[in-house]
Amino acid sequence: MTETLFEKIWNSHVVVERENEPSLIYIDRHLVHEVTSPQAFDGLRLNNRKVRRPDLTIATIDHNVPTTDRSLPMIDETSSTQIKTLEQNCKDFGIKLFGINDPNQGIVHVIGPQLGITLPGSTIVCGDSHTSTQGAFGAFAFGIGTSEVEHTLATQTLWLEKPKTFEILANGQRKNSFAVTSKDIILSIIKKIGTDGGTGHVLEYRGNAISDLSMEQRMTICNMSIEAGSRAGLIAPDSKTFDYINNREYTPENYDNLVDTWKENLMSDPNSKFDKSFTINVEKIEPQVSWGTNPAMVSDVTGTIPTPEDYGKNNEIQVESAKKALAYMNLEPETPIVEIPIDRVFIGSCTNARLEDLKDAAEIVKGKKVNSNVNAMVVPGSQMVKHEAEKLGLDKIFKDANFEWRESGCSMCLGMNPDILKPGERCASTSNRNFEGRQGSGGRTHLVSPVMAAASAISGHFVDVREWC
Amino acid sequence: MEPFSKVTSKITPFDKANVDTDQIIPKQFLKLITKSGFGKFLFYDWRFDQNGNPKNDFVLNNPVYQNSQILVTNENFGCGSSREHAVWALKDFGFRVIIAPSFADIFFSNCFKNGVLPIILDVTQVEKLLKVQDSVELDLNSQKITFGNESITFEIDSHRKTRLLEGLDDIDLTLKENKNIENFENNSNIIPIF
Ligand code: SF4
Repeated sequence: MTETLFEKIWNSHVVVERENEPSLIYIDRHLVHEVTSPQAFDGLRLNNRKVRRPDLTIATIDHNVPTTDRSLPMIDETSSTQIKTLEQNCKDFGIKLFGINDPNQGIVHVIGPQLGITLPGSTIVCGDSHTSTQGAFGAFAFGIGTSEVEHTLATQTLWLEKPKTFEILANGQRKNSFAVTSKDIILSIIKKIGTDGGTGHVLEYRGNAISDLSMEQRMTICNMSIEAGSRAGLIAPDSKTFDYINNREYTPENYDNLVDTWKENLMSDPNSKFDKSFTINVEKIEPQVSWGTNPAMVSDVTGTIPTPEDYGKNNEIQVESAKKALAYMNLEPETPIVEIPIDRVFIGSCTNARLEDLKDAAEIVKGKKVNSNVNAMVVPGSQMVKHEAEKLGLDKIFKDANFEWRESGCSMCLGMNPDILKPGERCASTSNRNFEGRQGSGGRTHLVSPVMAAASAISGHFVDVREWC
Repeated sequence: MEPFSKVTSKITPFDKANVDTDQIIPKQFLKLITKSGFGKFLFYDWRFDQNGNPKNDFVLNNPVYQNSQILVTNENFGCGSSREHAVWALKDFGFRVIIAPSFADIFFSNCFKNGVLPIILDVTQVEKLLKVQDSVELDLNSQKITFGNESITFEIDSHRKTRLLEGLDDIDLTLKENKNIENFENNSNIIPIF
């Protein structure tokens, strides 16, 4: 019988399987952060349990950390308590922590891959929904809640209903592959299949338009699987994948042998059956800009804000939600996207704050200045990304253009630290969620790629970045 | 977890529909680091006025219901954000049973994960219970709620029932599979990070 990549990974991790019951699945990697873990550790303590496999578990601090000078004391007391609590928990339970001053600190989904901890064919969990990012390595990676964090710590397993499979086939060649990015591909996909198109399914991205992408671009795609309703998205590993993981700090010792087995096994068999399928040709994709309050409310940069009726196409609920979104975003239908002025620019988050993202954005920014009405910042995804960017002089390019250059963390992606939008402020953001209040109460988020964010920062409004390169 | 068998208690009548988790435990209280301690913030905006003084007309502030362990409420209880903190707050406040005509999915399963029993009854039975003033006796084993000369039976999934009766949480149950987990670990190529 033929099997899809996901089914192969699933089958090789089943610990217990009984009819009409969820299966017990073994977890190869558990990544922990400060916000969703305190109650889980508390539960272990109350029941005198220990962490079953500290050797498969790591922790970092990312959601709450200030991105300004870290030698200064933290202002937010509750955040600082959560951080201290994680430090204590890691000490008590013997878990390796990449703490606030560690050179490997960073957004949890950025550091897993860059440390060689994320491996093809593995199962990976973290108490954060964007764990799907790591599916780019051909892993089954998904977000979990606090009870499941505790369960994984104690047992290294989870009870799961087997998800269905959904093939996303992306073919063709992008026109101007510098200006039209993988962010534009995934936003176009979500625009088509909707925010619940992938519910109950694991997405497998396939086709030449996917294999053409670098690993960092593939991560951007898998990252946003959850925005299409899928807990996980994955891409079969290839030589780019194996090269990316090679020679990292925690790359396994017998790496070459592992690669040999992965090469043989980790792909969907020819003619394997998916429960659902969707095909997209990337040739016609333009740079994308979100205009509403969910990641399916997206337009081509050359387009206009739709009327609620056009957007909803006779679906009353959709029409209503578009009306509500436009009111919240303070936008009029039929306004050209390129005429929308912006106040803030955020280049950061686990979607788009890796080295390539920063390099591409810097390419656009080089020798120019941020528009005087705009406040722009770059928050690297990890300390390692920051360090490498500085070696290339990217920090200087950004700072010369009047961008702020920050320490790594989640920052304004969710605004749990002091980096937030003020009510009414409009932001071009490279993050993944444009929900009401996501970047700060009353703040208005437009999701874009790093090059689009960079060009918009310079112009003071959205622009078609294809005209710049 | 503590085993669950019988609860004898007054009913707290809470006749509201669509109570969402943000009302059960408002966002500003989510930064605690324990599962306990959320009780004092339960229904915060309804229980307290702007100066933090208890509102006398809110049912949970009525001394009559002070030790009540049973909350009876209306349709779609626990809708909205999936935060587990909502169940932690109810339990910490003292509730072990919540009765309603319907619940939001995630809230319903979060209850079982935390040793709280959610019971679905039809609207007429809920209305009847909302009026019962004396203590009622709830027996999980026989699936009965008795008050005065009357009694109501309720449904519960048999797996979940056993779990509550034995006080087993998900982790206890999984640990019963320990042999299988060990077998898996011995026979698979698990790659340690360090
Ligand atoms: S960067 Fe944003 S989406 Fe990514 S883990 Fe942090 S908060 Fe979540």
